[in-house]
Amino acid sequence: MSAARSAQAPLAGSEPLIDAHAHFYHAAAGRADWADVNAARFRAGERIGITYHVASVLGSYGFSSPTYFPSPRDVTVGNDAMLDLCAREPDRVRMFVTVNPNYTDHALSEIERCAARGAIGIKLLASRRADDPLLDPIAAEAAARGMPVLHHIWQHRRREWPSQEISDGADLARLASRHPKATFILAHIGGGGDYMHTFPAIADHPNILPDISGSGVDRGMLDAAVAALGASRLLWGCDLTMETGLAKLRALDAIELTSDERSAIRWRNAARIFPRGAFPRCASLDGANPDARAR
Amino acid sequence: MIDVNALIGSYPFRYVPHPEPGVLVRVMDREGIDIAWVGHLPSAFYRDPAPGNVELVRELAPFGSRLRPVPTIRPDWPRWEHAVRAAREHGAPAIRVYPPQWGVGPGDERMRELALAAGEQGLALVLTVKFEDLRQRHPMDTAGDLTAAAIRDIARAGGAVRLVVAAAGREMIEEVHWGLTPDEQQRVYWDISWIWGPPEDHLAKLLRTIGPERFVFGTQWPLRLTQSPRSNLDLLPDDLRGVSLARGEAICGAASASRVARATRA
Repeated sequence: MSAARSAQAPLAGSEPLIDAHAHFYHAAAGRADWADVNAARFRAGERIGITYHVASVLGSYGFSSPTYFPSPRDVTVGNDAMLDLCAREPDRVRMFVTVNPNYTDHALSEIERCAARGAIGIKLLASRRADDPLLDPIAAEAAARGMPVLHHIWQHRRREWPSQEISDGADLARLASRHPKATFILAHIGGGGDYMHTFPAIADHPNILPDISGSGVDRGMLDAAVAALGASRLLWGCDLTMETGLAKLRALDAIELTSDERSAIRWRNAARIFPRGAFPRCASLDGANPDARAR
Repeated sequence: MIDVNALIGSYPFRYVPHPEPGVLVRVMDREGIDIAWVGHLPSAFYRDPAPGNVELVRELAPFGSRLRPVPTIRPDWPRWEHAVRAAREHGAPAIRVYPPQWGVGPGDERMRELALAAGEQGLALVLTVKFEDLRQRHPMDTAGDLTAAAIRDIARAGGAVRLVVAAAGREMIEEVHWGLTPDEQQRVYWDISWIWGPPEDHLAKLLRTIGPERFVFGTQWPLRLTQSPRSNLDLLPDDLRGVSLARGEAICGAASASRVARATRA
């Protein structure tokens, strides 16, 4: 291989890689550099070797309604932006449809509308505690459609924090218990709070898979996650910091997982829990058919 | 490559795996890090850090010049001047201070005196903004982050001062940098261990606006993954690919040069 080609090789290797927790911005998000931020995600994604960005738009990101309590109008505008992006980038972007469970009818109609146009998962923010009954119709709909629910989580909720109605692993576990046929992605164990509380809180709930995204790169966090839950329960992701995503991939290499365990975290677990056929490039790159393991 | 923000020893608020110097050296070999400036993590929480400094020097001794001791010195503790001289004699490139953990607020004259005295000895002062994300702290960890006001105050203490500020994010760096005169700005170096990369590209923006010569490589091992700052550099946009940060020798050299200049003027 020439030096030039070698320099272009993905930093995280050429095996498929699915970012199960990504976000994009749009013109109504209240920041002038929104397109630059999106471009930067694609730039870094190419450099890392991300095969698919599974992403959501969080309403207006606080510009016209709060990020974690988006108005129905902003939810729809954001989902429209995400649908447009998926249409422009069909080879590398997949969509979570964002909903606010305080507006049940609107949430269900958004799921139906966006799933019909290709959304493969549902994104819940911190608009309502995870174990609240208002989330039941959404979880039931997710189970019926085979769409995983990515739920924003604060690792170990010890008190209320401003701007969010936060939930932790124990809250999500109660919802997961009521909906054993639904699959839940527990957001960003590196995204703040005490992840060591999360692992035992969800250990007995196999329909909860944490993603390892977030700016937190505590030494020992990944080792503890694998030890507590096993590689088959973890999803790779970046959220807002892609350098920490790359660092975690490199750390997974350093903690001496088997190649099967690394593949599980990189992409196979995602291919298993999202709808059949969601990631065709993974199947073609690997020579394997991830859909064979789909539910 | 020099890691200016490494530590050994346990942390009082959570389990940290294998924080021993032998493990640090193996990690450095793996990551291509030549030298580390190493502090003693428990000393940040001791009332008197002197025994921790003794332990630090003893623990690092088998590793020669690869692990350089960075003792902890309290400016509100009697005979701190002796501790500064001892640090120099032990070959330390810098000393560490923890104003929030000691209840030493911005504007404290003793901290400025220590910063100047260290600079006179050719020693940088390593300040730590935080050890952990605010959202995950133990209920008893109430010290809070080091403030931008405290950093500005120490940076303004005099021309001999050299600061290495560890674990700062973009907002704090910008607040401090643009709140200093051009001369004062040259006294401050920022470790990149907590600066966000893409897609927000905080590191890229800071390198373009403030300049790479004000930034140094740091990991905050054993609390954080050493792979993170390296990954951040690897993901810089093309126009910054291969950018050179300041090196540890430059920091000490600048402090020494300032000392010589002052002596010449005198």
